[in-house]
Amino acid sequence: MATAALEPQVEFRTHYLNHAYGIKSWLLTTDHKRIALLYLASVTFFFFVGGAAAVLMRLNLLEPTGSLLEPATYNKLFSMHGIVMIFFFLAPAVPAVLGNFLIPLMIGARDVAFPRLNLLSWYIFMLGGAILMYAVIAGGVDTGWTFYTPLSTSYATGNVVAAAMGVFVSGFSSILTGLNFIVTIHKMRAPGLTWFRLPLFIWSMYATSCIFILAMPVIAITMVLLALERLFHVGIFDPSLGGDPILFQHLFWFFGHPEVYVLILPSMGVISELVPCFSKKRIFGYSFVAFSSVAIAAISFLVWGHHMFVSGQSVYAGLVFSALSFAVAIPSAIKVFNWTATMYKGSVSYSAPMLYAIGFIGLFTMGGLTGLFLASLATDVHLHDTYFVIAHFHYIMVGGAVMGYLGGIHFWWPKMTGRLYPDGWARFAAGVIFVGFNLTFFPQYVLGYLGMPRRYPVYPPEFQVLNVMSTAGASILGIGYLIPLVYLIWSMRYGPPAGQNPWGAKGLEWEKALSPPPPENFEETPVVTEEAYNYG
Amino acid sequence: MAGHIVPARTYFLVFAALVVLTAVTTAVAFVDLGPLNTVVALAIAVCKACLVVLFFMHVKYAPGLTRVVVVTGFLWLALLIGISLSDVVTRPWTPIPQGWQTSSASPSPANQP
Repeated sequence: MATAALEPQVEFRTHYLNHAYGIKSWLLTTDHKRIALLYLASVTFFFFVGGAAAVLMRLNLLEPTGSLLEPATYNKLFSMHGIVMIFFFLAPAVPAVLGNFLIPLMIGARDVAFPRLNLLSWYIFMLGGAILMYAVIAGGVDTGWTFYTPLSTSYATGNVVAAAMGVFVSGFSSILTGLNFIVTIHKMRAPGLTWFRLPLFIWSMYATSCIFILAMPVIAITMVLLALERLFHVGIFDPSLGGDPILFQHLFWFFGHPEVYVLILPSMGVISELVPCFSKKRIFGYSFVAFSSVAIAAISFLVWGHHMFVSGQSVYAGLVFSALSFAVAIPSAIKVFNWTATMYKGSVSYSAPMLYAIGFIGLFTMGGLTGLFLASLATDVHLHDTYFVIAHFHYIMVGGAVMGYLGGIHFWWPKMTGRLYPDGWARFAAGVIFVGFNLTFFPQYVLGYLGMPRRYPVYPPEFQVLNVMSTAGASILGIGYLIPLVYLIWSMRYGPPAGQNPWGAKGLEWEKALSPPPPENFEETPVVTEEAYNYG
Repeated sequence: MAGHIVPARTYFLVFAALVVLTAVTTAVAFVDLGPLNTVVALAIAVCKACLVVLFFMHVKYAPGLTRVVVVTGFLWLALLIGISLSDVVTRPWTPIPQGWQTSSASPSPANQP
């Protein structure tokens, strides 16, 4: 009895998790917080589906002869890995999970502008995912995530149209989410919350939403054109029918490169929240960080041709695309320098979210700088389609986007669930992920520089040591991802109560909303009277 | 939010204009204008699209922010087409390397390696 008396007592109150029960209350909810959790479950499922494909690929590459998988199966695995991870995990991860949960809370609103549209977005996303899973189960697709023509229109034997349809459908989910966020941010901010008092996460979500709206329609219509040519031989990309195969690459990468920034910008927003909080210091150069998000979004639409330097694209266009690609490094560097300057002379603590943030800054910097190698016309000829490219974009998308996502999940988990997770395990997992990630992907820079091409199930024997290192790293990385899955689920039932603001963080979601928040978020509309990140 | 009330007469006039422009497109298709064929057809299509956007979609009566959104959409379409054209238009500028030949050119001794 004495022990029981010492346990923390949780006062019962109604919050968004317990105000209604049953499967119907979840599947028909219009509460942005519950929809965020629906997305959380969905993207976690897709993450492990895409991850399983990666595990099989890495196991196959343990030996130079690739004895585990048939080459055709290997093609299908890397295609599925790319399509699932890009369209069904990374793109919705931060925006649809953290964005959905946090945007109304951060701006002092009761919900997003169009709650029913928000739920529809999730259903559309799941429909797209179901179509893609059908394509996988019915035999798979072997075009890579880029669906390049003429492979996809004339030669590939897999379920190209079904996979393209899955991407097409899921794109509408992103468009509707982006529209919802833009209107919400414009129209539903609390009194006193001016644009330059907004948390930087909101700025990055705004920039991301603009990209969703401007880029997603292009991939949608490109997938339709691809299906028209494959099914009905309408001449769009096939030269023998009067088309131009490079047109496909222009259309695809006009979407595809901004899409890369859709993946990284939201995580940048997360880092902009974590660094001031765990440095207990106002962010350095607020407006520069804010406008760099907008600049990255805008410039991201002008650089797509750097994916096409060896495609037959005009070298003059290549020159322009190369120069513009270098330009996008400027706002990216502004962010990195400003986060670092924020930590300078701050009271830095190393809780799990901050470890992810610091990991993000280092890994993103490496990924970004190696991007400059690939933006240079001459070096790209050597590095194009090698493992150097694989390493580069995984440093951005996994080292950057996933680290930011995990950092954000760990930071706002107490707000989402009202519970604390074991910080020791969380810090351990962050370390395992950092080590596993680098061991997986750093050898791939070297492999690529030495000339190992991507998308091959076999390789010359002299590359085996580096490939074994990479596979060993992938095993560690896989375990690193499973650890948080275990303790976060554990914490939902057994974690100690978090309290309203366990990090001592600034922001409406911490200072004005309970953990977990009530269904209507705030008991009364908050009024904002101070700048963001007013840590003193 | 109360929408702007447009008299029915305006809608009928715009509809009539769209029908007339469709007829013009059809008529022009029977006249050979050489390289202007596509230009004229696209110009008429743009006029029709503007009428639909301005009147049927109420952009003419919309607040500034909505107009900015609409203009941005078209600006981005222009970026997509314009920068893609920067590739297509400048591709022939690169001389064919010595020893190569295009499919249309007959092989000549000078081009042989």
